Amino acid sequence: MELDIVELSRLQFALTALYHFLFVPLTLGLSIILAIMETVYVMTGRDIWRQMTKFWGTLFGINFVLGVATGLTMEFQFGMNWSYYSHYVGDIFGAPLAIEGLMAFFLEATFVGLFFFGWEKMTRVQHLVATWAVAIGSNLSALWILIANGWMQNPVGSVFNPATMRMEIEDFGAVLFNPVAQAKFVHTVSAGYVTASVFVLGVSAWYMLKGRHLHLAKRSMAVACSFGLLSSLSVVVLGDESGYLATEHQKMKLAAIEGMWETEPAPASFTAIGFPDQAARKTHHVLTIPWALGLISTRSLDTEVPGINALVERGRQRIESGIVAYGALAEIRAARSLEKAPAKARELFEAHGGNLGYAYLLKRYVDNPADATPDQIQAAAWDLVPHVAPLFWSFRLMVGLGFFFIALMAAFFWQSARQRLGQPRWLLWVAVWSIPLPWIAAELGWVVAEYGRQPWIIEGVLPTAVAVSSLGVSDLLITLAGFVLFYSTLFVVEVSLMLRAIRKGPAQDPVHHAIAAE
Amino acid sequence: MILHELIDYETLRLIWWVLLGVLLIGFAVTDGYDMGVGMLLPFLGRDDVERRVMINSVGPVWEGNQVWFILGGGAIFAAWPPLYAVSFSGFYLAMFVVLAALILRPVAFKYRSKREEPGWRALWDWALFIGGFVPALIFGVAVGNVLQGVPFHLDDDLRPFYTGSFFGLLNPFALLCGLLSVAMLAMHGAGWLVLKTQGAVAARARAVGSLAALLTIALFVLGGMVLYLWVDGYRVLGAQDMAGPSNPLYKQVAVQAGAWFDNYRAYPLLLLAPLLGVVGAGLAFIGLRGRWEGLALLASGASIVGVIGTVGVSMFPFILPSSIDPRSSLTVWDSSSSHQTLFIMLVVTLILLPIVLAYTAWVHRILWGKVDEAALRREDGHFY
Repeated sequence: MELDIVELSRLQFALTALYHFLFVPLTLGLSIILAIMETVYVMTGRDIWRQMTKFWGTLFGINFVLGVATGLTMEFQFGMNWSYYSHYVGDIFGAPLAIEGLMAFFLEATFVGLFFFGWEKMTRVQHLVATWAVAIGSNLSALWILIANGWMQNPVGSVFNPATMRMEIEDFGAVLFNPVAQAKFVHTVSAGYVTASVFVLGVSAWYMLKGRHLHLAKRSMAVACSFGLLSSLSVVVLGDESGYLATEHQKMKLAAIEGMWETEPAPASFTAIGFPDQAARKTHHVLTIPWALGLISTRSLDTEVPGINALVERGRQRIESGIVAYGALAEIRAARSLEKAPAKARELFEAHGGNLGYAYLLKRYVDNPADATPDQIQAAAWDLVPHVAPLFWSFRLMVGLGFFFIALMAAFFWQSARQRLGQPRWLLWVAVWSIPLPWIAAELGWVVAEYGRQPWIIEGVLPTAVAVSSLGVSDLLITLAGFVLFYSTLFVVEVSLMLRAIRKGPAQDPVHHAIAAE
Repeated sequence: MILHELIDYETLRLIWWVLLGVLLIGFAVTDGYDMGVGMLLPFLGRDDVERRVMINSVGPVWEGNQVWFILGGGAIFAAWPPLYAVSFSGFYLAMFVVLAALILRPVAFKYRSKREEPGWRALWDWALFIGGFVPALIFGVAVGNVLQGVPFHLDDDLRPFYTGSFFGLLNPFALLCGLLSVAMLAMHGAGWLVLKTQGAVAARARAVGSLAALLTIALFVLGGMVLYLWVDGYRVLGAQDMAGPSNPLYKQVAVQAGAWFDNYRAYPLLLLAPLLGVVGAGLAFIGLRGRWEGLALLASGASIVGVIGTVGVSMFPFILPSSIDPRSSLTVWDSSSSHQTLFIMLVVTLILLPIVLAYTAWVHRILWGKVDEAALRREDGHFY
């Protein structure tokens, strides 16, 4: 097992996923905002709303296309860079991806053509249906990909099959209604809605500051701040739900986010600020809020939240159990089926099979986990701890931004309710400068969820290090360099076109124009 | 859940083999014409107006068509995980090139019209060419390599190892298949242009399309001859348990000359597939020459069905043969998902695919009609 391949594959996945996720949140939210605006147009028949739909639609299109294009990489790189992962869990993980294509991508991609090309070819209501289809399709795609991702965080409804050496589905309903997936879905789409709301709000604020397109800016702002207020509340509430679920399913992730090395007596305190030190296994200079963590994560006063040290010890025990499972598996495979295997091996696998993935953690150190020394087992157990500092800080920054968005949206909503949108000017400037923030929050959210799951690619089932393809370092360097260059170029082009379209402002609608001229 | 026992494992595997074909054909027939248009763009469109006519003829539909490709990836992952794992990691750099080309395409469609400068537009025109030509070529080359066997093996953990190289893919037979694929999609794209445009563009498309149809026939027949004379096929030794666990290492495989023609010997009716490939392209030629535009496009689509069907039928039950360790070869009976996953995915597909086809048809009905210069002027704010 070459570590280089693992690191490079991870780097590539992180880069391509984070890049893809620059475009997805805006698509998720802006598609809904377009549908809302067009609904108002169809209901009131007022041309300004049609003009708004078209203007924000232009910006939507520039962004949407890169989401689609970079999504292609996502669909295929599991097979390209993570072939053992694909073999090991494709039976479960592949299904939501395929359903995503059938149910969501077809819907959004087929109707997005009509959205742009169909204005003169359909009735108003038909066009509105197309717009809603795009919005629903985008959001459904988030649902299915998060069902897939939720299973990586909390692999329910599946069982290992020794004959095929992979995980196989046992209860599809459990995968579908995985509580982790449901919480993640609402949290993620809400984050998308916040992103789009901040974007619309910020761009509209800029128009107001410049005294341009005031009718469009004001109405857009009203839509954005109402939608944004609801979404920013939802994103925080569901983020909290995710935290609660992490307590149940991903205790190590939670402890690492908290920088909590020792188990505290219940209810545990929440570390607001501190400086995690991985080497010393301590978090320095902590400022804590008593009881808060226990309340947030267990919703009780008497449930303990285990610390990192205790979890490592539990992990060590599971590695030892995994070694037994691994040995039994070898005997079962030699017999070619579970039925023909010696009874003793079957019994052992029955008892320890759930910890098989923990034995794979030793593959970094030895080929056959049975040969591992106590020191190696101890080292593998400590590998269960993700890098604490990046998680600790990403989480706090993300949460801080979440509360900032609530405040921002509430301020504009208040002004809107008092018919005073556009004042004070400093608030408009805050909105303009806030435009990049939701993207930062969204990317940090990805880091917390995915980096926090390390060393697992499937929590407790398959370590990331054994999931990679058997590629050469040069292969990975070529594609990594290719992606970086190619994606950077596209990013520059995208942003410049976006800025150009914003500076240009809404086009004079031909129909609107004709009516005005009559 | 025991509902999945309603359909036998072997039947489900067979159904999913057919559905794999349906997906690949769906991709080639729908996305194929807009990739064909992309390939022909720099040659058939002499000025910006003509090029815009060509681009807008596929403008509203290429995005939906491309989902067939994405769905192909997802469905192979769900129904044939070992195929997904082995093929995409094996053809690693080739796959990267395909992705890069396909990423260029959406961007080119959307961004080309955002600026007026001729240099900017020419740049994206070539991006559209690459986005059509390169994937068509590489997919053909990949199929050519699959027919010869791919250098990979599975270890006891079923971890795939690929020992070939990128340039090893570019052997003469594979390149022949690549050219066939390019000719086929050029024919199909030209058929689309003849149907959707008029005037000079349509006339040029007619000429190029009929040439491509003849080339398709010639390369397909030549490919078949080379396959018969020089390319060894694969044969499973003994009876394979068609409902057995998905573990390729449980079987023995021999490499034998002529084995790719076993199925036609056993079931001569299967010769309809290659026949459709040839007759379809022939009818496309006649349709293009004789100005039966609808027929031309339908016939070139049928030809694609025939050509892809021929590959599948010749190799059955093999999906991905291994040249260096034949028993690692993936077959229909040992590289699928579990019984239950295949069943669930079948139910989902049977519910959703008809809905997709229905609204796709509705969208095409709304967009019915020719795209010309007048339409470009009329719809200036909306068109690319």
